[in-house]
Amino acid sequence: MFEALSSSLQKALSKLRSKGKLTEEDVALAMREVRLALLAADVNVKVIKQFVDRVRERAVGVDVQNSLTPGQQVVKIVYEELTELMGGEQAKIKMAAKPPTVIMLVGLQGAGKTTTIAKLALSFKQHEHRPLLIAADVYRPAAIQQLEVLGTQIDVPVFQLGQSQLPKEIVRQGLRAAQAQGADIVLVDTAGRLHIDEDLMKELEDIQSLAEPDEVLLVVDAMTGQDAVHVAETFHQRLSLTGVILTKLDGDARGGAALTIRSATGCPIKYVGLGEKIEPLQPFHPDRMASRILGMGDVLSLIERA
Amino acid sequence: MGIFERFKQGLKKSRGALFGRLGHLFSSNRLDDSVYEEMEEAFLAADMGMETSLQVVERVRRLARENKIQQPSELPPLMAQALTEALEKVDPTPSVAADGPTLVLVVGVNGAGKTTSIGKLAHYYKSQGKKVLLAAGDTFRAAATEQLVAWGERVGCDVVRHVAGADPAAVVYDAIQAAKSRKVDFILCDTAGRLQNKDHLMKELAKIYKVASRELPGSPHEVLLVLDGTTGQNAISQAKVFREVVQVSGIVLTKLDGTAKGGVVLPIVQELGIPVKWVGLGESKEDLQPFSARAFAESLCEEE
Ligand SMILES: Nc1nc2c(ncn2[C@@H]2O[C@H](COP(=O)(O)OP(=O)(O)OP(=O)(O)O)[C@@H](O)[C@H]2O)c(=O)[nH]1
Ligand SMILES: Nc1nc2c(ncn2[C@@H]2O[C@H](COP(=O)(O)OP(=O)(O)OP(=O)(O)O)[C@@H](O)[C@H]2O)c(=O)[nH]1
Ligand SMILES: [Mg+2]
Ligand SMILES: [Mg+2]
Repeated sequence: MFEALSSSLQKALSKLRSKGKLTEEDVALAMREVRLALLAADVNVKVIKQFVDRVRERAVGVDVQNSLTPGQQVVKIVYEELTELMGGEQAKIKMAAKPPTVIMLVGLQGAGKTTTIAKLALSFKQHEHRPLLIAADVYRPAAIQQLEVLGTQIDVPVFQLGQSQLPKEIVRQGLRAAQAQGADIVLVDTAGRLHIDEDLMKELEDIQSLAEPDEVLLVVDAMTGQDAVHVAETFHQRLSLTGVILTKLDGDARGGAALTIRSATGCPIKYVGLGEKIEPLQPFHPDRMASRILGMGDVLSLIERA
Repeated sequence: MGIFERFKQGLKKSRGALFGRLGHLFSSNRLDDSVYEEMEEAFLAADMGMETSLQVVERVRRLARENKIQQPSELPPLMAQALTEALEKVDPTPSVAADGPTLVLVVGVNGAGKTTSIGKLAHYYKSQGKKVLLAAGDTFRAAATEQLVAWGERVGCDVVRHVAGADPAAVVYDAIQAAKSRKVDFILCDTAGRLQNKDHLMKELAKIYKVASRELPGSPHEVLLVLDGTTGQNAISQAKVFREVVQVSGIVLTKLDGTAKGGVVLPIVQELGIPVKWVGLGESKEDLQPFSARAFAESLCEEE
């Protein structure tokens, strides 16, 4: 019935007997198990600490609803806090007042930027927009061909100047081409890079100051572990990200990186990638993500019904 | 430069001195429980997972008692020792065929670094004077074959390829026939990225494996699972499932030139006994190193 968090949490929670108000001991016992669940989901250790403190504070002394056990009551609070932390403002793509809207995707190597660009472009196209893709990855072998193949698949034009021009120059000319072609959305595919690669991070800043993008989106692999915090913080410091896209959520990773990144940057997670096929991106649901991170789909439906 | 030094230097690119900074790891200068708690946290932050982190901390406690250690600053070498011991339980030597071509099958989830690692591995074997053939077994992802062909040009070896959408097992079949007639030493087979919970894709992989072992008895001699060093606990599930399907014989741990530490290989080595054989330390052809337990262990106990 319950997964992951499941048996151990359940066991710990069933030991909670007190009715009336949640005691410190109730909460402490439950929080130990919650910490384990969050660790197994790859939420960063420091983020877990803050989170657990915050929940502990809120939970102690709370009245236990009649329909719930004290354990369920704690989990309910944990779940609500998680959902709220990852939620917030409605996270749509911001459109430029005066087209074209420029969107830049950045991130570590292999995170899913190029694939995600095609998915975004397809979504826009289905909403009667005219996107143009700019191939600004001049480093990865066949990165440009990859974008071209995808562009052909979804029937969206790709602007490229081969691998011998500077990315900034490619973007400059690409924007001009967008104007000429009447494209109303420009998506820039950048090469994967490490957040600690000074030259390549500088390159992104240069592209950003030239193109003045409406959105700078960090693409993150849902399988990312503890290091997500460094990556997200550094990209955010350098580029003032406007949002995050979490990819490969069609796998079975619990995706604790979502919570880490959200707490590290405060940026909303705007979309999720759910496969290799080029289909429109899916919106991010904080509540689903919360139960996924906790590994407890069913216990929640129990609580929700209560 | 020896392997150990080169490995360390590769890691050092991004991480600064190794042992020099270890002394500052702990905030207390008395050897109390808080020190071991901090140690546990450092291991957790390196993606080692709860169980393994606790085990290694226990081992360090024992070593500290045995060696009558008094100061936290004396712990880092013991931490490195405990981690090295854990990693040395398995043999990291690459497997090769007794005679005839060695077939290496490279598998893993999407974007882990399979194709790049094949390019680097080809360069490694070529620089040892071996004849290498690449098989473009990813017929699915956009321009995956073109990517491998670019690597083939970069390091100077032939690539057996089919058209997009072709049966990957047929590519491997052709590569084996070509290798037999061209007297090749190594056949490195690329495969499409696949998440381990996709049954149909795992079945496809099993078929590639079957065709290889039928056409070249004793092969695949090596099945390398490529793990992205940035990956967290999901890597354990990747290792379990891929091992079931294709008998993984070793791990390539990539992207260690970043700040992620790749500590998730510890529970994988402990629980599954699969050795780490190679590490990826960058995107150029030289950036692949044979695994060194000691260098890796030291980088794990380094300060952030
Ligand atoms: N299963 C799954 N695979 C994905 C998803 N998004 C991307 N991928 C796959 O992940 C791999 C890497 O994707 P790319 O789009 O090439 O990643 P990238 O960030 O552009 O990579 P670099 O340009 O090398 O940095 C490919 O095999 C994609 O098919 C997703 O949501 N689910
Ligand atoms: N920094 C760094 N980047 C790496 C390393 N290995 C691979 N990469 C990069 O990671 C990205 C993905 O590598 P690929 O070799 O295409 O990965 P793959 O597993 O073949 O990907 P799919 O075939 O799409 O599943 C590329 O941008 C590579 O250049 C490494 O050791 N360090
Ligand atoms: Mg790309
Ligand atoms: Mg590949």
